[in-house]
Amino acid sequence: MAGKAWRSAILNLLGKLGLSINGKDKIKPQEVSRVVSAFKNATPQSRTFTQGMQTVTLIPGDGIGPEISVAVMKIFEAAKAPIQWEERNVTAIKGPGGKWMIPPDAKESMDKNKIGLKGPLKTPIAAGHPSMNLLLRKTFDLYANVRPCVSIEGYKTPYTDVNLVTIRENTEGEYSGIEHVIVDGVVQSIKLITEQASQRIAEYAFEYARNNQRASVTAVHKANIMRMSDGLFLRKCREAAEKHRDVKFTEMYLDTVCLNMVQDPTQFDVLVMPNLYGDILSDLCAGLIGGLGVTPSGNIGANGVAIFESVHGTAPDIAGKDMANPTALLLSAVMMLRHMGLHGHAKKIEAACFDTIRDEKVRTQDLGGNSKCSEFTDAICQRVRDMD
Amino acid sequence: MAAHSAVLSVSKIINPFWGGRLGNTVKVFGTTLTSHRNKTQRAPPPAKYGGRHTVTLIPGDGIGPELLNHVREVFRFSCVPVDFEVVHVNSALETEEDINNAITAIRRNGVALKGNIETKHTMPPSVKSRNNLLRTSLDLYANVMHCQSLPGVQTRHQNIDIMIIRENTEGEYSSLEHENVPGVVESLKIITRNNSLRIAEYAFRLAREKGRRRVTAVHKANIMKLGDGLFLQCCREVASGYPDITFDSMIVDNTTMQLVSKPQQFDVMVMPNLYGNVVSNVCAGLVGGPGLVPGANYGRDYAVFETATRNTGKSIADKNIANPTAMLLAGCMMLDHLKLHDHASSIRNAIFTTMNENRLHTADIGGQGTTSEVVQSVMRIIQSKGQLTAEF
Repeated sequence: MAGKAWRSAILNLLGKLGLSINGKDKIKPQEVSRVVSAFKNATPQSRTFTQGMQTVTLIPGDGIGPEISVAVMKIFEAAKAPIQWEERNVTAIKGPGGKWMIPPDAKESMDKNKIGLKGPLKTPIAAGHPSMNLLLRKTFDLYANVRPCVSIEGYKTPYTDVNLVTIRENTEGEYSGIEHVIVDGVVQSIKLITEQASQRIAEYAFEYARNNQRASVTAVHKANIMRMSDGLFLRKCREAAEKHRDVKFTEMYLDTVCLNMVQDPTQFDVLVMPNLYGDILSDLCAGLIGGLGVTPSGNIGANGVAIFESVHGTAPDIAGKDMANPTALLLSAVMMLRHMGLHGHAKKIEAACFDTIRDEKVRTQDLGGNSKCSEFTDAICQRVRDMD
Repeated sequence: MAAHSAVLSVSKIINPFWGGRLGNTVKVFGTTLTSHRNKTQRAPPPAKYGGRHTVTLIPGDGIGPELLNHVREVFRFSCVPVDFEVVHVNSALETEEDINNAITAIRRNGVALKGNIETKHTMPPSVKSRNNLLRTSLDLYANVMHCQSLPGVQTRHQNIDIMIIRENTEGEYSSLEHENVPGVVESLKIITRNNSLRIAEYAFRLAREKGRRRVTAVHKANIMKLGDGLFLQCCREVASGYPDITFDSMIVDNTTMQLVSKPQQFDVMVMPNLYGNVVSNVCAGLVGGPGLVPGANYGRDYAVFETATRNTGKSIADKNIANPTAMLLAGCMMLDHLKLHDHASSIRNAIFTTMNENRLHTADIGGQGTTSEVVQSVMRIIQSKGQLTAEF
C-alpha cells in the first residue's frame, strides 16, 4: 500500500481502539507496538483501554474550578499518568430553535473521548436557562450518578468505617422539571418514573456491585406512599436482582435508611434509588465522611460516556485566593483512572493524597489546616514522585 | 352570691357521698365562681363525661399493640382520668371500613393515640396507606417532633435541640398517581398556597410560644422552582409578620449534610412532607433512635399522637425488647394536650429518671433491659413520688 493509505489505515485502527493521535504528528513505532500488544493481550475487563496516552475532556468550571483543575493536572503529571487533557468550556448557548445547549466543540470532544473530568459549575436560580449540570446530563444521557463514600483516615468525623456507594438515577424522577400552576395558589410538580430508566439503573447497580466486589445492593424507596411510581422502580430492581443472584438484594424504606444511616452507616453497602432520594442520601453520606470537599463522584451515561466530577459548589468567596481544596476533584480523577483500568496510577495517587491528609502537616482550610492549595498540591506531587 | 358559696361549701362536705350526682353542677358553678373570685385557685381542666376524657386508641401493627398496652398500664396505675376507646384497623383488608370507623371515633373524641398501621405492597395501588388516609381525612396538617439529646443516651452528637414541623397532608404524599402510557408512571406532588401559609403560620406561632429564636425552611427550590418556590415564598411572607424570629432557608441536601456534621446549629425547622420524612428520621437517629422520640399530628379540630418515626417494628414485635419511651412520651404529649399537666409531668419525669439516672436502657440504645422492666421502673418511680396510684 502507498505510505499515506497505510498511515490512514493505521490511524483508523488506532482511532477505533480509542487512541487519538493528532494527524500531523508522526506515528511513533513504540506507540504502535504498544497498541498492538495491548490489542493482543486485551484483559477480560469490561473496558479495554490502550496503554498509550488517553485523551480526557477537562471542564475546569467556575469559581475555584480552574485552580483545582490545575492542581489535578500537576499531580497527574508528577504521577506520569498517561492522560492528555483537552480543556473545554460549557457555558450554555442558545442553539437553533431556541433550545439551550452546550457549545458544540465541548459536545464533540466528549463524544470523541468518552471520558470527562468536570469541576464545579454555577447553577443560577433564575437566569432563564436550566442548570448547567442538568443540561450536561440531558446531552449525554448520564443516567447513573455513582458516589463512593469511604471514611478518610486522618480527617476525623463522628463516623468511622463508612464504606458505601450510592447509585442514583439521574435523569427522571422528581427532577423531571415538569411543573404547572393549576390555579392561582396550587402548584403541581410531576415525578416521572419509567420502566426503561428504572431497569437501566438497576442493571447498572448490580453490574457495579459485581465489578467492584461489593456484597449487597439495597433499593431505597417509598413504595408504601407512592405505590405505583416507586412500586415500578422496586419491581425493576427485583427483576435485576433475579438476574444477578451472586449479589444480595434488600429493599428498605427511605426513612428507615436515613434513621439507620446516622446511627450505624457500616450496615450499608451499595444503595440504588430514584433521583430525589438519591440526591438527599448521597449528600447525607458525603456529610458522614467529611463533606463535599472530599467526596468523589462519577456520572455514567449511555454509549460508554462517563463524566467524573467534584460535587461541591464553586465557592466564589475563595476563588482565586489559592485556598481551595482539590481533594474532591482529585479523588474523582482517581475514580476515573479506575474506570479506565489504570489501577496502578489510581492507587498511587490516592495513597499519596490520603497520606498527605493523614499527615496533618499540610492541609487546606476546610480540613482544619491553614496551608495553601498549591502547598497541598506540591506535597502530594512530592509523595507521588517518592513512591516511584 | 352567699347562697352559691353555701352550696359550694356544703357540697364539699357531702361530695364524698353525692360525688357523681352533685359533682357536675357544682363543678359548673364552681368554675365560674372561682374564676370571678379567686384567681389564685386553679380552674379544673376541661373535662367530659364526668371528669374523664375519652381518647381513641388505634393499636396498629407490629410493636404498636404491645407498647400501647404498656401506656394503658401506666395510665391506669397513675390514675390518669382517661378512658381509651380501642378501634382495631386490619391492614390486611382491602376495604376502607376499618379506617373509616377509626376516623369517626377520632372525630367523636377529638384526640387519639395510635400505633403505625402497616401498608402491604402486595395490595393493588388503589389500597392507599391507612396512616395517610387518617391524616388527610382529619386534616392533621402539622406534624410536630421535638428532638432533644438525652443525657443518659450515648450518641455521636450532643446538645441537639431541634423542633421539626412538617406539612402533613399534601406534597409528595398526595397519592395521586397514574400510568398514562404503559411503563411510564407519573406521581403528582401538590403544593398549595393555603397549606403552605398554614404550616408556616403554625411553625412561627409555635416558635414564639416556646421562645425559639430561629426558623429554618427546608426546600429544593433550585430544582422544583414553582412547587418549593411557592412554599418558600409563603414562609417568607409569614416570617415578615414575626420580626423577633430570624428566618432562613436551606436546601434539603445541604441540610442533611449539616445535620450529620453540626446539628447544633438548627433550632426550628419547617418543611414540606417528603423532606420532613427524611429530616425527622435523620434527627431521630441523631438523638438515639426511633424508640426515643414522640410525635404529634395537629389539625384544627383534632390531635393524634404517635411515635415520631412511625415505625411498625415487625421484626421486634412481641419480643419484649421494644423501647417504650417514644410511645409513653407520646402519651404524655397527649396528656398535655388534654391539659392534664400534672400527670404528664409525673410520668415524663419518671421516664427520664429511668433513662438518665437509673440508666435502664433497652437494646436499641445499647442496654439490656426489657420493655416490661422499663415500664415497671417508671411505675415504681411514680409511686415513690407519693401520688395517688392504683394497685401495683
